[in-house]
Amino acid sequence: MEWSEKYEIVIGLEVHAQLLTESKLFCGDSIAFGAEPNTHVSPVTLAHPGSLPKMNRKAIEYAVKLGLACHCEIEQKNYFARKNYFYPDLPKGYQISQHTTPICKNGHVTVKTAAGTKDIRLNRIHMEEDAGKSLHDVDADNTAVDYNRAGTPLVEIVTEPDLRSSEEAFAYVTELRKLVRYLEVCDGNMEEGSMRCDANVSVRLKGAEKLGTKVEVKNLNSIRNVKRAIDFEAERLMGLLEAGETIRQQTRSFDAGNGTTFAIRDKEDAEDYRYFPDPDLPPFDLEDAFIEAIHQSIPALPAERIKKYTAGYQLPEYDAHVITEERDHADYFESILQHTKNYKAAANWMLGPVKSWLNENNSPIQAFPVTPAQIAAVIECVDAGKVSFSIASTRLFQLLLQHPEAQPLALAEKNNLIQQSDAADLEPVIDAVLEKLAPKVTEYKKGKKGLLALFVGEVMKQTKGKADPKKTNEILLKKLQ
Amino acid sequence: MQDFISIARYQAQLQNGETSCKAAVEAYLKKIEENKHLNAFIEVYADEALQRAAALDALPAPQGKLHGVVVALKDVICHKGHAVSAASRILEGFTSVFSATAVERLLAEGAIIIGRVNCDEFAMGSTNENSVYGKVLNAADESRIPGGSSGGSAVAVQAGLCMVSLGSDTGGSVRQPADFCGIIGLKPTYGRVSRYGLIAYASSFDQIGIIAKTIPDTALVLEVISGADEYDSTVSQQPVPAYVQDLEEDRSYKIAYFPEALEHESLDPEIGKAIKNQLSSWEAAGHTITPVHFDLLDYIVPTYYVLTTAEASSNLSRFDGVKYGYRSAGSDLSELDDFYKKNRSEGFGKEVKRRILLGNFVLSSGYYDAYFTQAQKVRRILTNNLQLIFKEFDFICLPTSPAVAFKIGEKAQDPIAMYIADIYTVMANLSGIPAISLPLFTHPTNGMPFGVQLMAAPFKELSLLSFSNNNLSTASLS
Repeated sequence: MEWSEKYEIVIGLEVHAQLLTESKLFCGDSIAFGAEPNTHVSPVTLAHPGSLPKMNRKAIEYAVKLGLACHCEIEQKNYFARKNYFYPDLPKGYQISQHTTPICKNGHVTVKTAAGTKDIRLNRIHMEEDAGKSLHDVDADNTAVDYNRAGTPLVEIVTEPDLRSSEEAFAYVTELRKLVRYLEVCDGNMEEGSMRCDANVSVRLKGAEKLGTKVEVKNLNSIRNVKRAIDFEAERLMGLLEAGETIRQQTRSFDAGNGTTFAIRDKEDAEDYRYFPDPDLPPFDLEDAFIEAIHQSIPALPAERIKKYTAGYQLPEYDAHVITEERDHADYFESILQHTKNYKAAANWMLGPVKSWLNENNSPIQAFPVTPAQIAAVIECVDAGKVSFSIASTRLFQLLLQHPEAQPLALAEKNNLIQQSDAADLEPVIDAVLEKLAPKVTEYKKGKKGLLALFVGEVMKQTKGKADPKKTNEILLKKLQ
Repeated sequence: MQDFISIARYQAQLQNGETSCKAAVEAYLKKIEENKHLNAFIEVYADEALQRAAALDALPAPQGKLHGVVVALKDVICHKGHAVSAASRILEGFTSVFSATAVERLLAEGAIIIGRVNCDEFAMGSTNENSVYGKVLNAADESRIPGGSSGGSAVAVQAGLCMVSLGSDTGGSVRQPADFCGIIGLKPTYGRVSRYGLIAYASSFDQIGIIAKTIPDTALVLEVISGADEYDSTVSQQPVPAYVQDLEEDRSYKIAYFPEALEHESLDPEIGKAIKNQLSSWEAAGHTITPVHFDLLDYIVPTYYVLTTAEASSNLSRFDGVKYGYRSAGSDLSELDDFYKKNRSEGFGKEVKRRILLGNFVLSSGYYDAYFTQAQKVRRILTNNLQLIFKEFDFICLPTSPAVAFKIGEKAQDPIAMYIADIYTVMANLSGIPAISLPLFTHPTNGMPFGVQLMAAPFKELSLLSFSNNNLSTASLS
């Protein structure tokens, strides 16, 4: 029997997301990534004697925003606690964190995999400050510490052990990243560490109620690695059980180089963090009005938009998913729809020419020179039969990119791209084509109806694509009778 | 310069040209030199103070309310560009890159900071014997300690080495040395003065306090350093009264006292007697004096030590030798635990280590509820209790300390006896209320000064100062 049939994998994820505030959680230092080491370090960050923390309201707002988007209950009475431990990258010797009162409780994130749609329940979202960064490779003999990151606001998003496969974990992190980006509370950049994931993995016999001993895997710096690490760790745990060995509760690290995990420490020597309320920070209450204002500021989220696009605009699921992948794209798409009701055409433009241009230029949509109104105007030209789609999506689109201020119709006229749909214009061309291809006409008349495409193609060639294909067809059929 | 009487008198002398800031600083520098053996000062900013005095003298008009006032800072208050060490080896060589809000405000009003003064290490102690710079002597009797932890601040004022000084009061550290040295010590309401730039001992207890010779001087300094501060989330937004201008004429006050406190076994009977007499004379002067039953007295000191050591154990974690301060020459950097252990074992003194250990103990899992949680409850009960008392009374009157200044070394071997001596002062810190120690008495047998302590409801400093002023202006001050 296959292991995968015998065992069930149980996964809980802890995601740390750096909040996109301008300054740190408890002082005015910038949190910008990539600065020279130890340049965003005020006395508060460096825990100089006499320095005190001061709470950043924006961070609270972002945490609440994420909580509301995840259907969490918002805790209105909050306080920060100190988690005490020694490590060189922890300047104060304690981390300011929420302990017994996470700002958001319960809630869920809906994920979609090949197996279907599932709500992954959240246990909590709590706030805390990030530590500095220990650098082991800048000096041969010493570890260096960069405190720029110390004090950066984080939320930790903790799921219940609801995930049952690495695919679900992959989908969950993907969905969560999409969510934080939609909300603009975190840039979701796992490579730069602004979103980090730890996975709690255990396995048990199918049908068993009791959870197996869990192992925590750290250092998962991409969504792909979350999946790889879980795959490896689940295999390893099942192997241990098969071999009749006991699983030790451990913290392990993922080595992305060879796709394996290795033990960092056993949980038996778990530290006592001596949590207690931080006396430097008074408890803070969140007023109903504050929470409501945040609620109002939440943009339409992917799930809501997908529903609108499919049910309301009758778009295929696929189109809706691709367009909502990024909020800016969905926003752009919706801006096109303010000028046209041809939803499918707008989606085609998003998935086709627009996306190609963004990919080719490796550019965000903000840098795309053509406005949604212009795309809508092009769609209108096509719908009105003024320009063929093929001309519009190639030559007219190229011209628009070069002249983003131009009116599409005027531009098409000026560049002689207007579709020929007048019988008076088309008939001489068609006559000439039929004359030129006289032998084929005979064949057609004998029954080789497929040759019609050849005639249409030739007309297109002669008119440089400007002939209205519908009209051309119509005239050709008449003449070939 | 003539002997210092009060800031108002000194500033009048500056105005009419009888003296200058420079002459004042010179006189103080000379006195500091003469009294070097008291060990009050850790560092004297002679050149800087003289330069600043000259600059102030050159101004066409006074810079501010504290123009030319010569101030000493306890070595737990940060002063930009100056060393600050909490009298500890662990901060060896550390220079602050910013100034405490209180210091900024003193300087903005024209004060001259003449130096930093000795104290117990990290403000932990009641004798000023726990200092890496050595003990401070009480100028009233040099065989005695000055009290602590702000012993240097008290002696600097007592011996005329500065006009006023700042201390810090976590459990009586301003009031008790003031009591031992025969001067005024005020602990304001928690949140009245910003703690930004005050090296933390126990954050929910610490408050910068003032040591001075007159009530108007105390009021003036309080007025300057108090008030909202964007750098301290625990400071109050309450507006700051004009404490000096608004000092009230005498009126009838309602004063409560705790018979249990005046009969307490640890209290020197002479002190109890003096305070009872004082209560009688206040009654005779028209104030209402009422005994109030108070049964929490014996819980106060344990509660205080559980909570303050818990906070201290965490507050002092930042001193690890990684970022600044003392780093043991013998520490092995490759073994992180060893590095921390050596730095901290060698960097901290015995009393500080004792409190860190205690704090870690009361916060550790398994003991947390029995100690920390329980102590928090007592703190809440005490605060509620005092609130009820202040609904009916203006002040609570207590001794400041159960005894006069100890002999040097007298209590050094018995930390518990030392902690018990905090019995009358820690109440104000546990509940955040303002309290003042007034130098009213001289001990009949040993001749040492001692005072009486008054506490008021939160932010009632003005009443406290007004009543004190009316009582002190008739008393003679050395």
